[in-house]
Amino acid sequence: MSAVPQQSELFDDASTERRFSFVRKFVERQTLGALGAAAILVMVVAAAAAPLLAPYDPLAIDFAAMLTPPGAAHWLGTDAFGRDVFSRIIYGSRTALEVGLGASLLGATIGAVIGVASAYFGGRIDFVVQWFMDILLSFPLIVLALAVVAILGTGAGNVVLAIAVPMIPRCARVTRSSALAIREMPYIDAARAGGFSHARIILRHMLPNVMAPYLIMLTAFLGQAILLEASLSFLGLGVQEPTAAWGLMLSGAAVDFAEKAPWMAIFPGLAISLAVFAFNLFGDSLRDALDPKLKTL
Amino acid sequence: MPLTKYIIKRFLLMIPTLIGVAVLIFLLLRVVPGDIVDVRFVSQGQFAPQEVLQIERAKLGLDKPVWQQFTSWMWGLAHLDFGVSMWTGSPITEEIKLRFALSLQLAVMATVVATVLAIPLGVIAALKQDTWVDYAVRVFSIAGLAMPSFWLGIVLILVLLIFFHWLPPMVFTPFWVDPWENLAQLIWPALAVGYRYSAVATRMTRSAMLEVLREDYIRTARAKGLWLRLILVRHALKNAMLPVVTVIGLEFAFLLGGLVVTEQVFNLNGLGMLFVEAISHRDYTLTQALVLLVASVFILVNFLTDVAYAWLDPRIRYR
Amino acid sequence: MRTDQRRLAIVLLCTIFAVIPAAAQEKPHYGGELVFTVPSEMPSYDGHREQTFGLIHPIAPHYNTLLRVDPNDPTGTKPVGDLAESWTVSPDGLTYTFQIRKGVKFHDGSDMSSRDIKASYDKIIFPPAGVASVRKATYEVVESVEAPDPYTVRFKLKWPSGAFLQSLASPWNFIYSADILAKDMHWYETHIMGTGPFLFVEHVKGSHWVGKRNPNYWDKGKPYLDGYRALFIRAHAAQVAAVRGERAHIQFRSFTPADKETLTAALGDKIKFQECSWDCVLLVAINHTKKPFDDKRVRRALSLALDRYEASKTLSKIAIVKDVAGIQVPGTPFATPPEELQKLAGYWPDIEKSRAEARRLLKEAGVPEGFSFTFKNRGTPMPYEPMAIWLIDQWRKIGLNVKQEVVEPAAYYGVLRKPDAFDVAMDFQCGYIVEPDLDIYKFISNDKNPDNYGYYTDRVLDALYEKQSRATNVDERKKILREFERRVLDEEAHYIMTLQWHRIIPESSKVHGWQITPSHYLNNQLDTVWLSESGG
Repeated sequence: MSAVPQQSELFDDASTERRFSFVRKFVERQTLGALGAAAILVMVVAAAAAPLLAPYDPLAIDFAAMLTPPGAAHWLGTDAFGRDVFSRIIYGSRTALEVGLGASLLGATIGAVIGVASAYFGGRIDFVVQWFMDILLSFPLIVLALAVVAILGTGAGNVVLAIAVPMIPRCARVTRSSALAIREMPYIDAARAGGFSHARIILRHMLPNVMAPYLIMLTAFLGQAILLEASLSFLGLGVQEPTAAWGLMLSGAAVDFAEKAPWMAIFPGLAISLAVFAFNLFGDSLRDALDPKLKTL
Repeated sequence: MPLTKYIIKRFLLMIPTLIGVAVLIFLLLRVVPGDIVDVRFVSQGQFAPQEVLQIERAKLGLDKPVWQQFTSWMWGLAHLDFGVSMWTGSPITEEIKLRFALSLQLAVMATVVATVLAIPLGVIAALKQDTWVDYAVRVFSIAGLAMPSFWLGIVLILVLLIFFHWLPPMVFTPFWVDPWENLAQLIWPALAVGYRYSAVATRMTRSAMLEVLREDYIRTARAKGLWLRLILVRHALKNAMLPVVTVIGLEFAFLLGGLVVTEQVFNLNGLGMLFVEAISHRDYTLTQALVLLVASVFILVNFLTDVAYAWLDPRIRYR
Repeated sequence: MRTDQRRLAIVLLCTIFAVIPAAAQEKPHYGGELVFTVPSEMPSYDGHREQTFGLIHPIAPHYNTLLRVDPNDPTGTKPVGDLAESWTVSPDGLTYTFQIRKGVKFHDGSDMSSRDIKASYDKIIFPPAGVASVRKATYEVVESVEAPDPYTVRFKLKWPSGAFLQSLASPWNFIYSADILAKDMHWYETHIMGTGPFLFVEHVKGSHWVGKRNPNYWDKGKPYLDGYRALFIRAHAAQVAAVRGERAHIQFRSFTPADKETLTAALGDKIKFQECSWDCVLLVAINHTKKPFDDKRVRRALSLALDRYEASKTLSKIAIVKDVAGIQVPGTPFATPPEELQKLAGYWPDIEKSRAEARRLLKEAGVPEGFSFTFKNRGTPMPYEPMAIWLIDQWRKIGLNVKQEVVEPAAYYGVLRKPDAFDVAMDFQCGYIVEPDLDIYKFISNDKNPDNYGYYTDRVLDALYEKQSRATNVDERKKILREFERRVLDEEAHYIMTLQWHRIIPESSKVHGWQITPSHYLNNQLDTVWLSESGG
């Protein structure tokens, strides 16, 4: 094989040593990003170990304890139904990660495949795909999401789709520019000459080389996805009660009782902000480390 | 290829994109369950006889086959006739005009706020890269991206009410009628929205500045002395501005119709609210017109920036 | 005698919760502009074809109706004359003759006479092709409307109807000008021209509606206000903020208990509240065509699981619901006495006993522990959301695992109309006047009433409905209604009633002369309302 682009070295199975030192260097140079990564780790642990960490059942209604301020029994207070806010926030991280991760993985992956394939085939296929991506891009995020929810209905699965759809063209556009550079590489032509199928070339040879922009888009989207889920829930179109979800916790009773029981709105809002913040910090630093020239929009 | 040819080519490309948007929104709306007659007469739960529903559908042209509805709409568009709102019966241009002034003003004010924040902060962060100043700016701008805008809005209004016992005006007064009332209402959402959009622009300014500052001629000049550096910062800024202006322009396009949640929180009679109402009413004509409007602005801004880039960097014309 | 006692109870139930010092009732002052917020905007101006309060609140002051519900009666059940001065009913109950007021002028100066009333009612009851009249079905009983002389209107009925006067008091039946209707039946969809206490000034879409005093109003001395302004404010928080910031005096639909606390804390004695039981209720529609809900034991169990009395205390703090009720609004003439109510399934005072019985019934019907079904709910936050959360929690307590699926309001009734599209769903009913004929019509067999989303046929129930409708004696009617209620809520458990909605109206202490009723469609002509300079 002729010269392989440098980025794929990071993902070569043989170079564990190199990966470890990369991580160490990352923490040293990109402290903010490392902090972000740490916060993300906390979130993941909370989501995974929710049943162990949460002091109460997030769905358990306790009218006797409704609207209690933060205190010994309920660390972050209770909501209008007497449900423990802290437990709901912990379980809410599950929903956030499920929806956020699901939507951004789906959106970024489909987008990457489309972008790379479009660059690979070039010519008319590229033109038509780009045209369709441009059309999707012209819709504001929330418009597409509203349309998808209106068609498919509410609920976690449909929300994931609703958030993934606007992300596809954005990722496609970015990965396409990276893929265009790779397409000119001689080893791609060699692979064609060797009789490899289109699919194999795209998936095995080109996709791995757009890992950098892909990862960056992924982390950027994760934050966006969590925010978009919160907006949709606020509008009543996202995840539904009685599921614990941060955006859902911010709507309805939280707004009504904002003055009397501000903890209902403050903590979920903080949780969302911190999560998105962490993902953005991490994503930024990842980009700085991998490819500072990459301008993501 | 010469610039004019590129401009013409890109201009012509706008048209199929717009048509694509029109087709997509038309189809999407028809796929969504329920139509305006259902919303009007059935959604309250009271029973309305089938004849009533059929009369109303016929009046709105909803009983005709889909392709016919599409062609008559497109025909109207070709004559710049956007039709009437299915919900109120008034011409769509009127419905949009009413909200357009507010949305436009808000978009402009938010953009001003974003620019005033972004450019100085981005430049400073770039000049002082990797120092605590840089970190502080990055944290500040990412915080803007991270906070849900409606949450920020709720908190803002609460702060105003609790600490200042004051509430922004609830009804929109155009700027030329009473500038103080007008600004008193719009400054708060402009700040909330502007802060959020400054985040993207700050990051873009910073990275664009960083790139320009790395250029050889800049580095040579820097080695030469302080006062020269100041002049060159201005030069660097000019060259870095293009991507920044691009980002600001694109965000502006989305500000026009995309502020759905902000408008709800601040109770603004803008295009975003109109859009949500149109969709929940299944007002096909109005929704289509709104989407086309926002998409056109976006596509136009894209076109202008592409032309600007092509003018500066001729290699792009061959892509 | 008993009616007077009941009246007293009703007045106590619908009392002004005044926080102002007990000032003596003053004489009405003239002047001032009443500002109120409206959460919804009307699609057209024609009351004969729209169903939203977003039309009534800003537009009702421009019109009169033939009869209206007495604006000073807290029960909202008494029809009094608006444009009608007096009326007589023939002994066989088939002919209603109304004497019309003289000297009433439309806002354009033309005289109002009986032909205008006939033309308006012809439009409602016998709409020509192409004209939509959503209440046509209510007036199936009418054979014809005649105007034998300029100040007499005669309705001829096909069969006697005890509730006919109430139906004529509908706030939607605006009286339009016959001349205008003759020229263009659709004119009133986009224009305003009535006989009411206020003239139309302007409507800025998405923003506000303004009306000003009609100096030539037929009710001399009224209205008291110089005018009114309706602000269209969709977001609830923004409405509360408007009242709190004293930019609006009142809102005519309802605020939540949380709002009441906020406003009281913020405004002290500058705000007062009127509260009342509301003629609106959320019901659980159980699809009888789906197993296991065709088994009445399962349906009874669903109702037995609900601790309504506890919910009345707790949910009323966070949602616009309060009273535990049967098929009529508590405090109204045909409401269920508490002793009777407690005998119905789901209303027993001992909830443990109730739930044990529910579990037993489920077991007997073969429903396993942990049985799961989907509950469909309408995507409107208040009070649908808290009510669903409560229902799901209560059903959990008898071993049922219920998931909620929320459907967008625009598509919601489309779903309910397909009998294979849901198992159990949230339904609702709102009336403009408390009258059994109108309120319990919902429960009769689905082939007679397509609005019955239980999809059942129950001829016994249908017969009871007819019987109570034709009952001439009030006590006899009450007895039949109790039988009806027992069958629909207890024996067959066809539908499940949750809690009665509770109306909380915030009023600036400057506002006087407005009386709350159980319906948010009533008492919006604003002719009795006046503003004082300062609170009190």
